[in-house]
Amino acid sequence: MMIINGVTIDKTFAEAFPMKATRAIITAQNEKWAMISAQAMTGFATSVIACGCEAGIERVLDPSETPDGRPGVSVMIFAMGGKGLAKQLETRAGQCVLTSPTSALFAGIESDKPIPLGKNLRYFGDGFQISKVIGGKRYWRVPVMDGEFLTEATTGQVDAVGGGNFLVLAESQPQALAACEAAIEEMRKIPNVIMPFPGGVVRSGSKVGSKYKALGASTNDAFCPTLKGITKTDLSPEIESVMEIVIDGLTKEDIDKAMRVGIQAVCDLGAENGIKRISAGNYGGKLGPFHFHLQEIMA
Amino acid sequence: MTALTFTLKQRPAQRVDLSPLVCQKLAGLSPTDIAALELDSGKRKIRVDELFTIAGYDTQQIVIKNSYAKLDFIGKELTEGEIRIEGDVGSYLGLGMKSGTITVNGNAGLFAACEMKKGFVQINGNTGDFLGAALPGNKMGMKGGTVLVKGNAGERVGDHMRRGVILIEGNAGDYCGSRMTAGTIAVMGKTGRYTGFAMRRGTLLLWNKPELPATFNDCGSHTLAFLPMLFASFRSFDSKFADPAAVFNRVRRYGGDMAEMGRGEVLVRL
Repeated sequence: MMIINGVTIDKTFAEAFPMKATRAIITAQNEKWAMISAQAMTGFATSVIACGCEAGIERVLDPSETPDGRPGVSVMIFAMGGKGLAKQLETRAGQCVLTSPTSALFAGIESDKPIPLGKNLRYFGDGFQISKVIGGKRYWRVPVMDGEFLTEATTGQVDAVGGGNFLVLAESQPQALAACEAAIEEMRKIPNVIMPFPGGVVRSGSKVGSKYKALGASTNDAFCPTLKGITKTDLSPEIESVMEIVIDGLTKEDIDKAMRVGIQAVCDLGAENGIKRISAGNYGGKLGPFHFHLQEIMA
Repeated sequence: MTALTFTLKQRPAQRVDLSPLVCQKLAGLSPTDIAALELDSGKRKIRVDELFTIAGYDTQQIVIKNSYAKLDFIGKELTEGEIRIEGDVGSYLGLGMKSGTITVNGNAGLFAACEMKKGFVQINGNTGDFLGAALPGNKMGMKGGTVLVKGNAGERVGDHMRRGVILIEGNAGDYCGSRMTAGTIAVMGKTGRYTGFAMRRGTLLLWNKPELPATFNDCGSHTLAFLPMLFASFRSFDSKFADPAAVFNRVRRYGGDMAEMGRGEVLVRL
């Protein structure tokens, strides 16, 4: 049995799946507008179940780190397949970055599998678009009403891992949320990962299947505190609220790191702040090839 | 290994075609094989060792010394390695070059870097007409790579140019960028008459206001985000273009040639 600062770490594991991922860099006149564009681009992208992809802001970039020397934000998008990823990237870039004042869009990752970034957005230029190959990379200059939209033609697509997670079990809802906020703050410092749910936290964890035939997933009743007495619960009597943090990352190691700092931040608050247990979601280990054993990660 | 060095013994009366002396054609040949190669000169054929003293072995690094303005086709269709020329060169330097580097410590003649596809050509002196252009009758000039001229360039720079970058630190002659299909030509000095004549697409980046044909229209002053990135890609060059002080992003944009498809642009530094 593993206990850190009064918090029990369950002997269980999070189960994750192979995904395809890409990264793009959005720059703008200032950080405010780069962030606005990035937030729009990564909006409605919490879960592949209904959003088509999972996306999030990786971090804010210093002007010295961006291709055009302006303030920027790096965003990552994860999808189950390469085709879906390309489609999501293109529609999101077209509707959320091309449209955003002063923005420019660049590749954020290299791979031998390029996927279109601005390659097709250029047709918005109606023949007035201009191609420039700079340093071996193709860029498109699309005339728009605020000046010119500069975009790299392609970005990279890489194999990635999606669905790493852990559950925070607390004595009250405010305590669960405070712990998750602390975890997210630390996890955002880790590169190559995103936490795609609102604010990084999901309160409606799901299980596979439902009593309703139309639904493939439904509420994770074993972790619903209001059902403690009437379902096969996983919760002890003092648990009143459970929240989950889901992590998508470029590699298993990236997710390992993010989970470690996240769980550590939760445990630092400890039992005195109402945090009782850390658990994780899995499907018995049969569905996803990547297993994140909580006790191994925290060992 | 020391660079394979050809030192010219005397200047032949007729022009000489040096196209056999490129890295990929000499690779694997022994010094005696190289000495026995024949070069076309007028109606004669001249053995290499008749014209040059040969030293060194490294066929990936060729040096031509005592060169002068009648040595043509140096680096023709070069696919690898490096050629350095001490002295002037004749016409068709780097014709159809596919990769590698050519440096000329002197002046170049007509059609330098013409129909070049990739690689890097640096001319430390002046160059003649039709730099990076298409051969007469052909529709496609330079298709890629970079040409840097430290002196002045002649007329018709980038005629029919399709891709790639031409950088000229000095002046360019008349018809700079004529019939360009795409690509970038930057001129720090002055340009002659009819700049951008019949330009279809592409960019002329100029430090001084040119004399443009009447078929170029003023599109106003703009701050263009791609310019600093373009300059950043020049930073590794031994050139004024690499100087951070040369960077600007504020330009006057002229669109044309409206007598052609009119998607080209002349950007003049403000």
